[in-house]
Amino acid sequence: MASITLDKLGKVYAGNVRAVTDVNIDIKDGEMIVLVGPSGCGKSTLLRMVAGLETITEGTLKIGDRVVNHLEPAERDIAMVFQNYALYPHMTVYNNLAYGLKNRRFAKSEIDRRVKEAAEMLQIGQFLDRKPRQLSGGQRQRVAMGRALVREPAAFLFDEPLSNLDAKLRVQMRVEIRQLQKRLGTTSLYVTHDQLEALTMADRLVVLNGGRIEQIGTPMELYSRPETVFVAGFIGSPAMNMLPSDYLRGLVAAEALAHVPAKADLIGIRPEDLALGPAQEGALALSGRLLLLEPAGAESHLHLSFEGMADTITVRLPHVPDVAEGAMLNFSVPRDKLHPFDRESGKRLA
Amino acid sequence: MQTKRIPFSSRWLPYALLAPQVIVTLIFFIWPASQALYQSFLRQDIFGLRTDFVWFDNFSRLFADQLYLNSLKVTLIFSVGTTFLSMSIALLFAVMVNRMIRSRDSYTTFLVWPYAVAPAIAGVLWWFIFNPSIGIMPYMLKGFGYDWNHRSSSTDAMILVIIAAAWKQISYNFLFFLAGLQSIPQSLIEAAAIDGASRFKRFWTIVFPLLSPITFFLMVVNIVYAMFDTFGVIHATTEGGPAQATNILVYKVYRDGFVNLNLGSSAAQSVILMGIVIVLTVIQFRYIERRVNY
Amino acid sequence: MVENNRWGNFFAHLVLILGVAIVIFPVYVAIIASTHPPGTFIRGVMPLLPGPNALENYKTVITDGRSRAGTPPIGGMLWNSFVMAMAITIGKLSISLLSAFAIVYFRFPFRIFFFWIIFLTLMLPVEVRIVPTFQVVADLGMLNSFAGLSIPLIASATATFLFRQFFMTVPEELMEAARVDGAGPMKFFKDILLPLSITNIASLFVIMFIYGWNQYLWPLLITTDPEYYTIVMGIQRMVTGGDSEPLWHLVMATVVLAALPPILVILFMQRLFVKGLTETEK
Repeated sequence: MASITLDKLGKVYAGNVRAVTDVNIDIKDGEMIVLVGPSGCGKSTLLRMVAGLETITEGTLKIGDRVVNHLEPAERDIAMVFQNYALYPHMTVYNNLAYGLKNRRFAKSEIDRRVKEAAEMLQIGQFLDRKPRQLSGGQRQRVAMGRALVREPAAFLFDEPLSNLDAKLRVQMRVEIRQLQKRLGTTSLYVTHDQLEALTMADRLVVLNGGRIEQIGTPMELYSRPETVFVAGFIGSPAMNMLPSDYLRGLVAAEALAHVPAKADLIGIRPEDLALGPAQEGALALSGRLLLLEPAGAESHLHLSFEGMADTITVRLPHVPDVAEGAMLNFSVPRDKLHPFDRESGKRLA
Repeated sequence: MQTKRIPFSSRWLPYALLAPQVIVTLIFFIWPASQALYQSFLRQDIFGLRTDFVWFDNFSRLFADQLYLNSLKVTLIFSVGTTFLSMSIALLFAVMVNRMIRSRDSYTTFLVWPYAVAPAIAGVLWWFIFNPSIGIMPYMLKGFGYDWNHRSSSTDAMILVIIAAAWKQISYNFLFFLAGLQSIPQSLIEAAAIDGASRFKRFWTIVFPLLSPITFFLMVVNIVYAMFDTFGVIHATTEGGPAQATNILVYKVYRDGFVNLNLGSSAAQSVILMGIVIVLTVIQFRYIERRVNY
Repeated sequence: MVENNRWGNFFAHLVLILGVAIVIFPVYVAIIASTHPPGTFIRGVMPLLPGPNALENYKTVITDGRSRAGTPPIGGMLWNSFVMAMAITIGKLSISLLSAFAIVYFRFPFRIFFFWIIFLTLMLPVEVRIVPTFQVVADLGMLNSFAGLSIPLIASATATFLFRQFFMTVPEELMEAARVDGAGPMKFFKDILLPLSITNIASLFVIMFIYGWNQYLWPLLITTDPEYYTIVMGIQRMVTGGDSEPLWHLVMATVVLAALPPILVILFMQRLFVKGLTETEK
């Protein structure tokens, strides 16, 4: 068990191509940190720098108290779960788990004990004699987990481990990985492009964009108080609505927006913060024409066009309302649910 | 040219790994080849006492030498004959086998094994069959009024070595044609049938054009085979005769170098052969480049 | 009509059966000839049905050889051919695997240069550099030795390229996983890469064994001591050994024995053979 410290980490490839810039993260012992961002944001590169599979060109990386910048992956006391599992196709499940321990010259009995224990924990005990190709996707995923587990490393590194699974299995494995990680209390760094996976699994999550950190925080911090326009748009589905503040100012009384800084030219509103019906006391009133109603069982998504605005606005309701497409609908938004941003810097203003 | 994204790092290991291959190549390939090049500019006097640097004289002598020009002609006839005979028979077999469903593998088994027979042995086998006094073929040909004798007739000798060389190569061509035929989508042939093309027409307008890359590739491979790998066929049977009729370039370079000990001329012939192989290899790889990404 | 019609199929079978007969005929004749006593070949046409002398003929060639024609017993030549073929095959496979591994898994100065050096071997078959190569081998004292028979032939661009091609398709993550699991380059090569290459190795083995066994010009050049004659070149000495007609019954027994091992290899490993052939040449 150990903490991991990323201090001003950066990566520049040959030919001056920048992949990662000035990344600072303090991962506490036993913490689960999720790196999330769109493809090409540098999250995998960052993980592989921690693993030792990519060289670190700037900054320092510490695992525990050791600076590990120049150590081989095997010497960093980490274990990694790969996106395509990277199981050795010619070895049995047992040998896949045991290989790393054999290379480290563990005693046979110790290897056996650890493999059996991990297999037990992951319920793959009956597959130990099989080859990877005889297993289903979910089972392979467990074997890949097992290979990390037996090592009892200081940290787990996960590189999009669930992206090759179907939707149902993904949810199931998400829960299992998180439970296991909490039980073992092993420090973990987890990479995904799926914001829901990130929100549900992380102790803290790190949103990356263009090789830089946009924001670090607990899932609820990021969700309720996104620090940048990028985070606001990336976290949460359907995405946050962004309205030009000029438009809003022309629509409602000036005192309703008194608390919004004058500089803010973009106002974000989460789809679920718009309530159907006339405005309450101290809330903004908006109205728009219903273009499309998407019922989704327990909830519904309404797509509306607001007069004088090009973009459509999305509303999420916790029920399916009895309204006709084409009708004009009234909504209200509590004042404290407005997220003011500066368009130019992309930063939150209050 | 690619490597893996994150290669292993070691200063000396890759050189150690390459060393055996590179050393063998340098000692037994590059060095002798450069020696051949060097010697092709030299001439020894009759007693081997003096060696002169003669520039391109060995080459110009070669191209003025009737024997060498004859050898070029013989090689051309032999290569084209072998290639054409072997490829057309192989294509016929492949088309027929491709129609079969259950018996495909059995026929294939019967047709592939001659690949394993050494060219020299192929030569001896056909030499025996065509033996003028006891061979079965001359006996049958006599029935048709033809007096076969490859010991005296240049034409007969050439036909004999072509048959022997082509026979061995049928397996190879057959396997590639069969693989080519099997990769043609059935839907194309069905579309042509719906367009009213007869079976014969379908073959010549659809199948054969689609096979053309393989045909071209095989042509190059077969010419290389006929020019360089058939030394055994000639050496074990006609030994270049009668009257130089089957004296192909590779056989001549061996005779002039080892039997007649004319080193300068032999080296010049080697250099010309190298030029031919290089041209053929480049053609072959240009064609492959489209499919294989280096 | 796209399906096969009955007459078409009949015709195709006819062509193929005739074709197979013609392809097999030379070897059939050889087998028949090897079962006859010497008298059969003095006059008349060669026989097409088996004779009574099979055992005797084969016994003669395997044990006695033909001292009159200057060839040793076939047994020894078969053994020499086998040793040469195995040495060439194993040599080619090992050095090609190692060089392909170096080229794919390392980045180092002169990498491309070495690649081209290996590529050059494709353009320099023995046949085009006969005399100087002979001189090199003679200078190194390798005439009349197994080392001389095999080592100069073990460089292989084809095998190196094939393995290189295959290594490129091995997922990158396997190497990364192995590194995380504490395996260095050679351990990765031995534990992961070699086991994964096993079918490629096997199919190339078939092709190269045949290549090695069928060597003709090279052993002809560098062996003068009958101790080191190989069977394929030995036949030539029997056929052209004198002015008299060859002893056909013994020549053909030898031919059958010389052709049998590579033919058996192909027949028993047809699948690997086809794979090896079509992939090396692509």
